[in-house]
Amino acid sequence: MTAAIAAEGIRKRYGDIQAVDGVSLTVESGEFYGILGPNGAGKTTTLEILEGIREADEGRVELLGESPWPRNPRLLPRIGVQFQASAFFERLTARETIRTFASLYGVGAGTADTMLDRVGLAGFGSVRAEKLSGGQAQRLSIACALVHDPELVFLDEPTTGLDPQARRNLWDLLRGINAEGRTVVLTTHYLDEAEILCDRVSVMDHGRILRTGAPAALVRELDDKVRVSVESGVVGADALREALAAAGAGDVTVEDDGTTLSASTRTPAPVLSALAERNALRGLEVRGATLEDVFLHLTGREYRA
Amino acid sequence: MTDDRTGVRGPADGAAPDGTAPDGAAPDGTAPDGAAPDGTAPGGDTPDGAAPGGAVPRGAAGLPAARTPAATAPGAPVPGAPAPDGRTAAPTPPAPRDPHAPRASRGGVSAFGSLSKVMVVAFLRDRSALFFVVLFPLMFLVLFGTLFKSASSPHAKVAQVGPVAVVDSLKGPARDDLDKVFTVTRMPDEAEALRKVRKGDLDALIEQDGSGTVVLRFSAADQVRAGAVQGVVNALVQQANQDASGRPPAYRLRSAQVEDESIKAIQFFTPGLLGWAIATGAVFSAALTLVSWRKKRLLRRLRLAPVSAGAIVASRVGVSLLTGLVQTAIFISVATLPFFGLRLTGHWWLAVPLVVCGIIAFMSIGLVVGAVAKTEEAANGMAQSIVLPMSFLSGSFFSMDDAPSWLKGISEVLPLRHLVTSVQSVLTRGGGFGDALPTMGGLLLFAAVLTGIAWRLFSWEDA
Repeated sequence: MTAAIAAEGIRKRYGDIQAVDGVSLTVESGEFYGILGPNGAGKTTTLEILEGIREADEGRVELLGESPWPRNPRLLPRIGVQFQASAFFERLTARETIRTFASLYGVGAGTADTMLDRVGLAGFGSVRAEKLSGGQAQRLSIACALVHDPELVFLDEPTTGLDPQARRNLWDLLRGINAEGRTVVLTTHYLDEAEILCDRVSVMDHGRILRTGAPAALVRELDDKVRVSVESGVVGADALREALAAAGAGDVTVEDDGTTLSASTRTPAPVLSALAERNALRGLEVRGATLEDVFLHLTGREYRA
Repeated sequence: MTDDRTGVRGPADGAAPDGTAPDGAAPDGTAPDGAAPDGTAPGGDTPDGAAPGGAVPRGAAGLPAARTPAATAPGAPVPGAPAPDGRTAAPTPPAPRDPHAPRASRGGVSAFGSLSKVMVVAFLRDRSALFFVVLFPLMFLVLFGTLFKSASSPHAKVAQVGPVAVVDSLKGPARDDLDKVFTVTRMPDEAEALRKVRKGDLDALIEQDGSGTVVLRFSAADQVRAGAVQGVVNALVQQANQDASGRPPAYRLRSAQVEDESIKAIQFFTPGLLGWAIATGAVFSAALTLVSWRKKRLLRRLRLAPVSAGAIVASRVGVSLLTGLVQTAIFISVATLPFFGLRLTGHWWLAVPLVVCGIIAFMSIGLVVGAVAKTEEAANGMAQSIVLPMSFLSGSFFSMDDAPSWLKGISEVLPLRHLVTSVQSVLTRGGGFGDALPTMGGLLLFAAVLTGIAWRLFSWEDA
């Protein structure tokens, strides 16, 4: 079976910087695949090598069973690429822009207009592309990447800089694209985005893939503590500690900061039942680890500009 | 092996033998999406190299005519694909194919056409480019053409103090002839008139003393006019002496004008300014397109589309040729207006192929600039610092005839110099193929060399 993407041991060095350091990954057809990592982790370079824009110093890449490098014209109509910065022609309207890209693939104006409609820009067809808002420009850019019906779509941080509404709107669009059977590869540094959209993610840092898996699996693998919290004052922290010790609940950290009483544990069941027995569930919140915790665990917490 | 595609969820797979045959019964109503519609060779038994979804470049010419016009819709919803979730913005059925879309045919030609259209539209919508490329040079033509129109006959102003017999006695046609050369104003006060001559308000002062001597006092500020006035007054005095002698003149002068081959202002400025305008347009268009498309990642985007570099270059050259020829037409039309009075000679149309070769040569300069420059600002500065000195040294604005020989030497290696000289020759001075062909050859050679250099320096990407 041919995977949509099969990469093995790709490396790329720029001067002193080893941007990609032995990345291997496989993306199955129809999968929604995310590459996560802090800025400078090598996500974009990896993506560019997969797309066939850059040559890897080492390693092997196959896209839909073919090598993308050197420029492979047979492959080009089958892949769609959206860049971080939107690449539009100067002084063209949104409609002219997508029609132009469509014609480069031999796709007619009618299809281009339909695609514009699909990304919700039908009403903005006669607006100059450079005058569109951030979210509109991203949607136009995605529409331009999809206008020729590619099987495999690459999206490089498509929601960066968008407001929450625009992000959610774009997520819906991306899910729809994937639901049609297209393979989607996405880079992002929004963890919630990856968690919601991706079937599988790879966490990258320093040019390497640290971990790959379904977001939920990665979170479970982290085996982090669950934090149970209720409104404080209903039950005392000490009373709870005693009750839990009596019940043999094991390693539980209970704290009360005056507003919230919280208990961190790997086994939340005894905590919950202890609280329920005391009818102290007002304001109950149970928070498990998220992909963000996985990410921070893997890439470290220190800030990197 | 077709089986290799089993996992491909994309309907591009259509009736692929993966047991999902019903999926292939294309929900969009097209023919089963098997192998054929998307460009795979009819027969469909191609090995897995001919993967679905355009194994044959969609733009490739010469595809089997058997291709189904209704292309596949790889976007068709796969029945049974998990409904994403409630919030999904109703995945509209995938873009239905435009049945009239000239999908496969002539991808190269359509890319050339649409890229050309993009550039023409962008140019027409860019007011400042329109101004600087079309109107600005034309303004210079109108300005210079008007300013230097009457520069050839220096009309002198002469003050006459008191009676001067040789002037006063002139009547009829003789007097008219004199008025053509200079205007005589009578002034009562000699000192006042002399002061005006000194200041340059008047060119000369003429008076006659008691002994019959005609006194001419002139300023040498303008030597041409001073010489003309002296000559005319001298001739008047000699004529009067001759008349006074009462004998018929022994010698007569009969003058006849020879067909004038000296260059009139408009003959000089039309090719010169046209050359400058064309060089500006071509260098800037090539350099800025290259830099801005690279910077905006459009080059990368185009590279990811099945578009050849040749189609990109050809469309840019085509559009620049179009603008250059429009400029030429406007220039020649304006210059030949009766007001400016440019008269075209025999093979003037040779200016058209000359301009075409010139544009190609200047675009190659622009390509080098665009390959080297990283930003539009840098490209702008570099282009301007090449075009402007080149125009000055090529005689676009003033003649290089009086320039020192080393400057002329530099000027000889500039493509614009040769373009201007040859266009001048064929346009207004009766030149023919002999003037045009060597220049055209030289310009194309120049373009070939510079394009080669640009190619070596060129990169698709910024980094």
